[in-house]
Amino acid sequence: MNPELPAIVVGGYLGAGKTTLVNHLLRHADGRRIAVMVNDFGDIGIDADLIESQDGDVLNLAGGCVCCSVGSDLIGALVALPARLPPPDLILIETSGVALPGSVARSVRLASGIEVDGVLVLADAETIRARALDRYVGDTVLQQLRDADLLVLNKIELIGPDVLRELREWLAGQAPRARIVETSESAVPPELVLGMAGVHGSVQALERSGGGLFAGDRSARRIGVRRSAPGAGAVFASASIAVNGSVDARALAEALTDPGLGLHRMKGIVRDRDGSGVVIQGVGSRWRLVPAAPAASAFGPEGRLVVIGLRGRVDAAAIEALAAAHAAG
Amino acid sequence: MTQTVVYAARRIITMNPARPEATHVAVRDGRVLGTGSIDTLRGWGPFDLDERFAGKVLLPGFVEGHSHVGEGVYWRYVYCGFFDRIDPDGRVWPGAKSIEQVVTRMREAHDRLADPSAPLFGWGLDPLYFGSRRMTRQDLDAVSTVRPMGIIHASGHITNANTAALALANYMRTDHDHPGVLLDADRLPAGELRGPEAMTPVLLALGIDRATMSGDEIGTRAFARLAVRTGTTTATDLATPIPDASIDELIRITGAEDFPMRLVPALHVRGQTAEQVIERALAMKARSTDRLRLGRVKAHADGSVQGFTARMRWPGYYNGAPQGLWYVEPEYLLHVYSLALKHGIQMHTHTNGDAAIDLAIDCTQEALRAHPVSDHRFMLQHCQLADRAQLRRMKALGMGANFFANHHFYWGDAHREQTVGPDRAERMNPCRSAQEIGVGYTIHSDAPVTPLGPLHVAWCAVNRLTASGRLLGAFERIPVEDALRAVTLGAAWTLQLDGEVGSIETGKLADFAVLEDDPLSVAPETLKDVKVWGTVHGGRLFEAGAT
Repeated sequence: MNPELPAIVVGGYLGAGKTTLVNHLLRHADGRRIAVMVNDFGDIGIDADLIESQDGDVLNLAGGCVCCSVGSDLIGALVALPARLPPPDLILIETSGVALPGSVARSVRLASGIEVDGVLVLADAETIRARALDRYVGDTVLQQLRDADLLVLNKIELIGPDVLRELREWLAGQAPRARIVETSESAVPPELVLGMAGVHGSVQALERSGGGLFAGDRSARRIGVRRSAPGAGAVFASASIAVNGSVDARALAEALTDPGLGLHRMKGIVRDRDGSGVVIQGVGSRWRLVPAAPAASAFGPEGRLVVIGLRGRVDAAAIEALAAAHAAG
Repeated sequence: MTQTVVYAARRIITMNPARPEATHVAVRDGRVLGTGSIDTLRGWGPFDLDERFAGKVLLPGFVEGHSHVGEGVYWRYVYCGFFDRIDPDGRVWPGAKSIEQVVTRMREAHDRLADPSAPLFGWGLDPLYFGSRRMTRQDLDAVSTVRPMGIIHASGHITNANTAALALANYMRTDHDHPGVLLDADRLPAGELRGPEAMTPVLLALGIDRATMSGDEIGTRAFARLAVRTGTTTATDLATPIPDASIDELIRITGAEDFPMRLVPALHVRGQTAEQVIERALAMKARSTDRLRLGRVKAHADGSVQGFTARMRWPGYYNGAPQGLWYVEPEYLLHVYSLALKHGIQMHTHTNGDAAIDLAIDCTQEALRAHPVSDHRFMLQHCQLADRAQLRRMKALGMGANFFANHHFYWGDAHREQTVGPDRAERMNPCRSAQEIGVGYTIHSDAPVTPLGPLHVAWCAVNRLTASGRLLGAFERIPVEDALRAVTLGAAWTLQLDGEVGSIETGKLADFAVLEDDPLSVAPETLKDVKVWGTVHGGRLFEAGAT
């Protein structure tokens, strides 16, 4: 069977910044081949300079990325995807403004060979509270927030610090599962969404990506949002940690995604209790384990974890201790 | 001088209030020249008298305001419904009254199929009538563990599959977390898949795709044969994506000299911006022919009542099921309404729950503020939970309703006991209220969800009986005359075709339903049993079973 394709579901109400986010991620794909699934091209508004050609309901984009228009039949389009396109590194699913992204994520898993890494929901900082009270869509908007693994609080430049403080508290209550990222112009660090290297990557690739991104093993380093984003307040840090010997991968994944640890995104390749290589993927509180590809399994005793979280919250030593605590045998 | 034919009939019910009844109708050039007695028609000059309908009753050709051409496609698969149903060629398929009978029906079809691995597909299953027992994959595995098999339910919202079909779709695993995939004790799929997302991968594995099911040439012609059989001369296909390539094809199919009806497809908004939709609808409208009326647009506001996906106002679902789903953003609906008003395109909006009805009314009101157009006839399709206050607003705004009268019979008991409870079930599909308040309305089958058949739809609105025999909502019943008007002139009004069809009077198209008996004389509870000889369409005669 083919290795599973990872997917990220992008939700949020109209105007929250989904289209801007997708364009931002496409611009920072950094060699990853992303397949974007949208209801229709008209909605998505892919930046014209990214489009290389159009082939029916598929747009060929710069860097080997594609954008597929699915009409209302996302699942049918996902089922048909392997026969139509070479496998992408990541599928990005943009949902409609009234879709419940958690339900979409459950549905996406029905398509053979596709796994959901996480649900990202955007909220417009200026309008989200009014939307949540809307007579028609209020409950839909609140459910979208509850569905989030990563909640991107967007357009924070439009509100003052007092309002932002209150909004943070309110959101924490509405979206208890989510890690919250504050930003402007949907300019989240691409690694937060796209993950670190491909899911089929090796420890070496992970190490390289960790090294490239975060410059230096075990040393938490600031990775900022892109410079052009005005007023972007979110500041992230990452850590790359060696994990020696076999671990209880399941228990470790669960511990690493505990909200108390405050990690937004993680990826690891470790040896499970039975000695097999296993990939840990985590987005917010959501995690999953995938058997490592055979080539990737040919690593030595040392596995590796790369994590991203808010600067000041990422504690490499604590994560190292966690890994040690879950050592098997 | 072209030929004039005068048809003599036992009775002609015209829907023309100035001359409600006649014994003769004169037809020239496919249109009605006049109605009356043979003597009053002599003034039009020489004619041929045709007495083949002398013992029959003529009505305006029935107009089905909400159907899908897919009904004609389904018949190439195995009918597994609970009720007897007539196929396009007149064969009566007896209802399957138990899961065992459904399995037997599938086994018979399986035995006829030579290729052991070819998929087998059935439709029309309705386990509502089988008590609490649900069909499982093992039920169908008893027929074959090799051949992939599936049966879609009457509602179109649920599918059952056997193990082979589930395996083909890679469903035979234990890590499902989708609420639409029912699991057995081993956490494997039990065989019942609920909702389009859960169904789609398995349907595709069975070779069932949306494009085929929405109607190919064979299916469209089968649908037309069913129309003849039920006295229907104009029917909607509500709605379809209508790719540009298929318009030429549809013009060709419907333009054939032996094509017996007028099709009214609506373009669905899905997958397009509001601007794109209206632009396409305008381009399509310009390509309309007599038998293919293009240029209407349909949107979905919410889901279905029996699927608990309709958007409900307080107090929500009777059994406490969670709130339903929006299928469109309010902003999009308002935008497409505004453009439609501006460009003279008629909108049909699927609304089941009362919250969805509120939204469509609010958006229409808002759009009208910017584009104060009169007589837009924005239609609410199904409109099942509309209350009288909503109907008053609809009347004031110039909107119309197409009620799903058949729902009472097929799902009325479930509505009373599970979905909306007795109070609202008794006022669902409020035909009499609409009539009293003056909202233009019709009633529909939503074929293939329920069978195409305007007399059956009329019977449902007249009697409001459920499948268990309960009278559900006596107040909202309407007299036979009104129900017949609803499925003729009423439906024509909802499609903006009431100047051309819907009544038998001078100048209108010679579209007739030819009945063996008089629907105004039979007992109202037997209205659905009135036999149909066939139709006259634009002066052309079509006997059921002859084409």
